[in-house]
Amino acid sequence: MKHIISLLLENEAGALSRVAGLFSARGYNIESLTVAPTEDPTLSRMTIVTSGSDDVIEQITKQLNKLVDVVKVVDLSEGEHIERELMLVKVRASGKDREEMKRMADIFRGRIIDVTDKSFTIELTGTCQKLDAFLDALEDGAVLETVRTGASGIGRGERILKI
Amino acid sequence: MELTGAEITVRCLADEGVEYLFGYPGGAVLHIYDEIFKQDRVKHILVRHEQAAVHAADGYARACEKPGVVLVTSGPGVTNAVTGIATAYMDSIPMVIVSGQVPTHAIGQDAFQEVDTVGITRPCVKHNFLVKDIRDLATTIKKAFYIATTGRPGPVLVDIPKDVTVARCEYSYPESVSLRSYNPVVKGHSGQIRKALALLMEAKRPMIYTGGGVVLGSASDELTRFVRELGYPCTNTLMGLGGYPANDPLFMGMLGMHGTYEANMAMQHCDVLLAVGARFDDRVIGNPKHFFQEDRKIIHVDVDPSSISKRVRVDVPIVGDVKDVLTEMSRQLPSLGQKPDAAALKAWWTQIELWRARDCLKYDRTSSIIKPQMVVEKLYEITGGDAYVTSDVGQHQMWAAQFYKFDKPRRWINSGGLGTMGFGLPAALGAWLAHPDATVACVTGEASIQMCIQELSTCKQYRAPIKIVNLNNRYMGMVRQWQEFFHGNRYAESYMDALPDFVKLAESYGHVGIRVEKPGDVEGALREAFSRKNDLVFLDFVTDQTENVFPMVPGGKGLSEMILV
Repeated sequence: MKHIISLLLENEAGALSRVAGLFSARGYNIESLTVAPTEDPTLSRMTIVTSGSDDVIEQITKQLNKLVDVVKVVDLSEGEHIERELMLVKVRASGKDREEMKRMADIFRGRIIDVTDKSFTIELTGTCQKLDAFLDALEDGAVLETVRTGASGIGRGERILKI
Repeated sequence: MELTGAEITVRCLADEGVEYLFGYPGGAVLHIYDEIFKQDRVKHILVRHEQAAVHAADGYARACEKPGVVLVTSGPGVTNAVTGIATAYMDSIPMVIVSGQVPTHAIGQDAFQEVDTVGITRPCVKHNFLVKDIRDLATTIKKAFYIATTGRPGPVLVDIPKDVTVARCEYSYPESVSLRSYNPVVKGHSGQIRKALALLMEAKRPMIYTGGGVVLGSASDELTRFVRELGYPCTNTLMGLGGYPANDPLFMGMLGMHGTYEANMAMQHCDVLLAVGARFDDRVIGNPKHFFQEDRKIIHVDVDPSSISKRVRVDVPIVGDVKDVLTEMSRQLPSLGQKPDAAALKAWWTQIELWRARDCLKYDRTSSIIKPQMVVEKLYEITGGDAYVTSDVGQHQMWAAQFYKFDKPRRWINSGGLGTMGFGLPAALGAWLAHPDATVACVTGEASIQMCIQELSTCKQYRAPIKIVNLNNRYMGMVRQWQEFFHGNRYAESYMDALPDFVKLAESYGHVGIRVEKPGDVEGALREAFSRKNDLVFLDFVTDQTENVFPMVPGGKGLSEMILV
């Protein structure tokens, strides 16, 4: 099952490699990983999307907690949470396809942020599933290039991850 | 007053109470060595290879309760040390490694003797640091000792670039440090402890299985008291030997791949299992699926939460310091208002005695060729069971574990997790430095001993009167055994041709060498060796080439599927 694990870690050189190294050394999956400093510049917030059995996820959170640079770990999937990912996608848009492509972007609440005679670049935010659905909805060969940030997650309501 | 980074490094070690620093000099650490030269609080032990520096520090740490401390140079100094660091990591040995690094401005430039030390060692340390600012140096060293020795212990590396060793700043060594991201649990959850005790009281076929955590956590007295109070059978892992007195009637011997028949059968057939400071690894429970064919409740006490429910599902997890948890368990025992089920326990012991009667460690005592088991038995007799015994890896290691009855903790020093050949001799040096008046023996084989043989020179320099018990069967015995059992007797590259004359070799290093070829000469040779209090004696026993270690749980098999002699 897919899990979204959020962590706070010391904003120090090498902290990211400790997390990434742990996943590769122990054979855990990483579907995506995003990291950036928080409002407290000494801390980074990381979101990891991973998958595995309950036993594997339990080990992942325990092993992450064991890393000295990791301050806090929470499996967001255990409760209500919000998940967002940003995708930039460059699509073929010429002739009669141009209007169709604009409509598709609108349907998915995407924004066209760059235009040439033959292409649009569309910015799209949402859950991973929504971004996948958008790509699926496009005709074969329409996509020229995609770049995705990987998911960021946050707990719903009053739940916060703070030290 | 402002001190240089090199001065600060050495002052930190001295202020931390470091007695011995095991190391080898080189370019990046020259300033630090200069400061070592100018003081006499920290004694430096010069090894002949950095791997041995780490093993010696490791042996020292295992033999006493203090962390081992190592100093190596950048590049090859560090890469040579990696095997030692990984060995310590796998066995959770508290250790601080200080390594030199090229100057900060040269990092990343492929400088002479540069490696990414923090990157290379990251998977085999508990934590590591690169100190780029002299102002962080003292605090970082304090943090290293704090992390290495608390929670589940382990090696911590501090990488210091050469320019940091010449930079200057005010020195003050912090009394203590705290890290917001590192807070090991000490006290076990009292509700969980109550639950565990209730389970133990209901047990019809109880079993207590303990590992290296009891030895490292200095909790053998607490364990012994608790086990005796209950009257339950107790087994130790390879790493846990000495955690419970081997001569006690409740002791079942070691368990696992080469464990005793009774320990493995009881482990497989118990209905309540208490695991303390052990981690259910593959060499201990064999095939986990087979292990779970029997229904049993498991209580697991460990300081490291990630050790719990890693390989087996646990019913009552207790995270905490084993000493603390065992003390609390003993304390709560009288107030429980319940005693173990005496009738069930009697029946269980009757069954265990039947298994014991199988006499799984028997061997041919009338052989005209020296049997390695007999050498270890004689070693046990002659040293009164009170020696610090180090070993390398292979058959000799298993025979030492099976036939030397360790009644006290920290007497048995071996590389259990990583299985590092070459560990024994330098570890013996470290153990001797920790206990200079004690008897120290290194049980080894002719293949293992050659992996760190150069340390005979270090032993000469420091007059270490170690007794090397070389069980020389002219084979990498354990490899040969597997080839005999599982590879159709095809002994691929496991025969050691062109062996040195170990007697002459020992003599050339300035030691005493004795070759023993007949069973009748074993005891006399051992007595002579141990009577030479001031000499390192290399005893080269020519042993039976075809002897195998029994019992054996083949890889992938269940605990009760042992090959017996």
